[in-house]
Amino acid sequence: MYRRIRSWVLDEHEEIMFRSHPVLKKVENVRLLDRFSSKRSTGTLYLTATHLIFVDPDAKKETWILHMHISSVDKLPLSTQGSPLQVRCKTFLAVTFVIPKERDCHDIYTSLLQLSQPVHLEDLYCFHYTASNDDLDKRGGWDLYNPAAEYHRMGVPCEAWAPTTLNHNYEICDTYPQELYVPASAPTKVILSSSKFRSKGRFPVLSYLHKNQAALCRSSQPLSGFSARCEEDEQLLDCILRSNPNTSHMIVVDTRPKINAMANRAAGKGYENEAYYENIKFHFSGIENIHVMRASLAKQIETCQLVPPSMNGFISGVESSGWLKHVRSVLETAVFITSSMMEGVSVLVHCSDGWDRTAQTCALAQLLLDPYYRTIQGFQILIEKEWLAFGHKFTDRCGHIQGDPKEVSPIFTQFIDCVWQLQQILPSAFEFNERYLLVLHDHVFSCQFGTFIGNCQKDRVDLRLSERTYSLWGFIRSHVTEYRNPLYRRDSTTDVLRLTLCPQSVRFWRGMYNRFENGIHPREPLGDLLAATTEHTQSLTDQADYLTKRITWLKGELERRGRNASRKAADGLCDNRILDAAQQNEGKVESLGVLGMQEIEESLVSVGALPVTHEADSDVTSDKIAPDTNFINPSHLIHGGGKKLMNQLLSHQALRAVSPELASVALDWKTFRNVKECSCSTPFDHFSRKHHCWRCGEVFCTRCIDKKTALPGHLSQQPVPVCRPCYKDVTRSVSVDTP
Amino acid sequence: MEFAELIRISRCDRVMLHRPHHRVLDGTLCITGHHLIVSAHGEEPEELWLLHSNIDAIERRQQGMTGGTLWLKCKDLRILQLDIIGADQFAKVADTLEDLIRVEDPMFQYPFFYRAMYNVLEDGWTTFLPESEFSRVIQQGDDWRISYVNKDYKVCSSYPAAVVVPKNIEDSDLVAIANFRQGGRFPVLAYRHEGSAVLMRSGQPLITANGKRCKEDERLLNSVLAREKRGYIIDTRTQNLAQSAKLRGGGYEPELHYPNWRRVHKPIDRHHVLLDSLTKLMDGVNDTNSGTDKWLSRLESSNWMNNIKETLNCACLVAQCLDQDGASVLVHDTDGLDSALQVTSLAQIILNPDCRTVRGFEALIEREWIQGGHPFATRHARSCYTPSAQRSKINAPTFLLFLDCVYQIHSQFSCSFEFAENFLVMLFEHSYSSQFGTFLGNNEGERKNMKAPERTASLWSYINRHEVLPKYLNPLYEPNQRVIWPSVAPMSLQLWAGVFLRWVVDQGPQEAAWLVVKELRERDAALRSKVSRLRRQLQDLEREALEVGILSPTMELEVA
Repeated sequence: MYRRIRSWVLDEHEEIMFRSHPVLKKVENVRLLDRFSSKRSTGTLYLTATHLIFVDPDAKKETWILHMHISSVDKLPLSTQGSPLQVRCKTFLAVTFVIPKERDCHDIYTSLLQLSQPVHLEDLYCFHYTASNDDLDKRGGWDLYNPAAEYHRMGVPCEAWAPTTLNHNYEICDTYPQELYVPASAPTKVILSSSKFRSKGRFPVLSYLHKNQAALCRSSQPLSGFSARCEEDEQLLDCILRSNPNTSHMIVVDTRPKINAMANRAAGKGYENEAYYENIKFHFSGIENIHVMRASLAKQIETCQLVPPSMNGFISGVESSGWLKHVRSVLETAVFITSSMMEGVSVLVHCSDGWDRTAQTCALAQLLLDPYYRTIQGFQILIEKEWLAFGHKFTDRCGHIQGDPKEVSPIFTQFIDCVWQLQQILPSAFEFNERYLLVLHDHVFSCQFGTFIGNCQKDRVDLRLSERTYSLWGFIRSHVTEYRNPLYRRDSTTDVLRLTLCPQSVRFWRGMYNRFENGIHPREPLGDLLAATTEHTQSLTDQADYLTKRITWLKGELERRGRNASRKAADGLCDNRILDAAQQNEGKVESLGVLGMQEIEESLVSVGALPVTHEADSDVTSDKIAPDTNFINPSHLIHGGGKKLMNQLLSHQALRAVSPELASVALDWKTFRNVKECSCSTPFDHFSRKHHCWRCGEVFCTRCIDKKTALPGHLSQQPVPVCRPCYKDVTRSVSVDTP
Repeated sequence: MEFAELIRISRCDRVMLHRPHHRVLDGTLCITGHHLIVSAHGEEPEELWLLHSNIDAIERRQQGMTGGTLWLKCKDLRILQLDIIGADQFAKVADTLEDLIRVEDPMFQYPFFYRAMYNVLEDGWTTFLPESEFSRVIQQGDDWRISYVNKDYKVCSSYPAAVVVPKNIEDSDLVAIANFRQGGRFPVLAYRHEGSAVLMRSGQPLITANGKRCKEDERLLNSVLAREKRGYIIDTRTQNLAQSAKLRGGGYEPELHYPNWRRVHKPIDRHHVLLDSLTKLMDGVNDTNSGTDKWLSRLESSNWMNNIKETLNCACLVAQCLDQDGASVLVHDTDGLDSALQVTSLAQIILNPDCRTVRGFEALIEREWIQGGHPFATRHARSCYTPSAQRSKINAPTFLLFLDCVYQIHSQFSCSFEFAENFLVMLFEHSYSSQFGTFLGNNEGERKNMKAPERTASLWSYINRHEVLPKYLNPLYEPNQRVIWPSVAPMSLQLWAGVFLRWVVDQGPQEAAWLVVKELRERDAALRSKVSRLRRQLQDLEREALEVGILSPTMELEVA
């Protein structure tokens, strides 16, 4: 692969490396334009086999663009400073580089054109990506979705629903999965005929069975034309209807606008004729097709990049793009399906081929119906089932490789947008946060993982992806804490989410479409802060457990000693002074109210951050002041003048040797506010996740907090994130202490 | 006048009350001098109390002799529907309510009848006196003094009795300047930033078409500038409007006579334009059945979001002059009662961390708005539901726009404010209709006249009690000493759901989520103190153990 790419690049260079990536081309004195500020950064542009990297040495800023993320590259008219090259990404990053020499610009331009859209699937990033992280297992995640287990969770197979092996080798429908569930009462002949009567052979199958026996089924449109009918197809729908004992009718949702469905009749396709199908209610929901959605999003993106941005221009741009309208129509269809099913009515959903609008609305309806799908893992299962197994054409829709641009459409993006809208409306209903949605979205396009490669299950089996590539689910499993929504509350009253959607509750998603405009996001984002709070609480809970256990132990020891002592005292050998002191001391500590404590702590801070350095391990941390000043027993400050404090300081050296575990857990974590860069001097962006070291409480970037270890001050001894210096400290002191 | 004369019917059975996010309430309606009360017939004691002063407009639809429906459109933007049986009863209720909401005599307002049922520890009427608020400015250096030239409210009816002015300007000069400034509003100090840059506000100068000038005014402005420093005059009108104001006896400071001041025009909508904007916005909000396109186009044409953007933009400019250029700023529009106050107060929120605390924010509102003479009574007499024919040009939601701007900054800096969003909503509601006297009248003079400080309770006395305040506190607050620069990009500003959407889109899930936030933060704080307590306890025990020899200094402990 690398060699082939090299041959595309005209300008031969001697081998250069950038962060262990071989560089194909390097251009210096490139300028990066910023739409919102006049500040321009100048730096070096590197082209590697996988990334376009811009490094601004002054701002210490690196911009990495994965080739697979690039959606378009354009050369803009020459200016006096050089040739501008505009790169737009599927992640909605848009950057313009000004390259001094036209020839360099052209080289990069032609290379990017080829690199961003390979001709062959086998050239995709996932086939030569190897995880640098050892803990990421290549097999991890591929076994996540087990259809039998998932259907079993819904109570299938059961009397009414049974698996069928008809498609075991993709015989009757190559875009369907191997495992399909159909009404138990439907004979094979019926299924085979129905399959022939449906576009692409996609006959009605079970997607989800609700607790109340209402079934959600999906299919493609029938090949009804103006008058054709298929009795077996009618019979199959009847079987679906009868599988649900609670109602006498079922609903067929055609997610298309009626006019589109009618137009399809001219091509021999169309929709179910209510006269032929007994007891069905037909419903058109008017979601536009992939071409409308593509144009709509393109227009909205244009609006996001308006210069200069005016308020009314922005709102009217959002309006005329129609994106929010489309998002709402998808959501409303899902709400309609949900409420029908809650009334106990089974629903069959289709659009034209049943892999775009059908996937969106079925998945969203299940998200509303079943709390399991609102968990981190459940959402993955939902995507596996509704999107991957049922054959949403990811490779075509995402434009992974060169192909028909008319097949590309942001259908999955729209689905993710809909889920985000639900998160906004119901902030406590989802176990996952916005970051999770963004990561999913980006990796659908990145092709770093094999998960979303190909157009259907059969493609993925043929490509042997599970052997040759990593799964995204494995990656997510090892980063799962970053995707938790701290506001998530699970309670039985919200099992099924019922909502009324009005136009006012559907909003423009700044975090997605303007993600990379650093200046426009909240400066103190709540999500990061709350995530840090929950982690901090977790760390302190663990330490409180540890302390309690140790205090109980010590108290027991002292008491035993006290008993011994008093026995000896009876012999006139010793006095009771120690025991009394112990009791007094304890009483004093207990009697201090919370308020009193705070005062003491404040007074401590005002005494000055006492530089409690760790003499023994000063080589790494001596420049840092331990954030925890509580080594000095503040209760003595109540009575104490400076003399007492001095005594305290002296005796504290001895104490340190006894209770170093206390220091191993940071009592306070540094606030995110005003932390502009990590200690490795990587600047923090709005979207970069900031991490705390659980030992020292400082803030680090993802790259610097790659170590995990158990802290001596935690009872559970679970490995927790620590920074590199702390990691060294902890691991060394352990090895010293336990020779 | 007696209320009894107006109340034609005081009780009416079997009414149906429809209100947002509630079940229909079937009950009895009672009308008192100040309240409309609907109480349920059912076993659950459900009640609605509504101040007449909260009702902005009443729409009635009679259905023959069977009765009719009343829509009560409130100043808190809620719309209530009352179904009343019987034509006679219906007409009486409607007429009574219409009369009661039009009672204009301020002495009949509820605050004069309301008796606080709690002990007032600190009287809000005297909490924020200029003498204490500006004490630091007065005590440091010799540049500023408090002048009582307006103690009888004769020099400027809308100013308070005490104002802060440059020390070297005599009271007699101030009288001269007052004659040269609209409404007598001579330049006064609003805020002094670190260093010596100051923020002042005033009314427009009465230049007139003849190009009048006032030496005292020029001297006052020059005296606040440090040597070789230039100041900025921010005029919140367009250049054209300021120009044409000359013909009506107003104008702007000509460069010729104010050579050290640079004038910048930053137009901000006000008065009826602003109220129309709110009307259009609420028309859009209350129509929940229309399509997304229609909603967005109404949101756009209301221009409300643009008003926020422009106001914030201007405030940022002022803050920038003060903080980054160290230059003094004078802000005025025509009267200096509306957009000038928005801008000066927002600039302080951006610059001054004190203004982001509960107390500091109350003080800011007291200084800039209440004592600053924003005519609350006039501006808030009618709101967006009053048909435009019945409005006056001087009804305006200026204060609401200001609060919305604060909300925008708050949502971008969610940890930098001591108060939570609901504090702003509460202020919005009380500024329109309240049992407290704080927002009564148009200025301090009027309030003194009606003896409001003696006869009514202050909102601040109520809020600042520890039984009440916690529910308005922000659990995420971490004091932030820095200047906070909000983003005014269109995608950074969002419609304030907590005020504008709350009656049409249920905010329950958001409120529940907020409680979770609170719980998370409180649990974390409690754990922190628990851990530090345990640590101390353990250390005490260990010391003891060392003394008696259970532990040795070097021994590593094994937890049993």
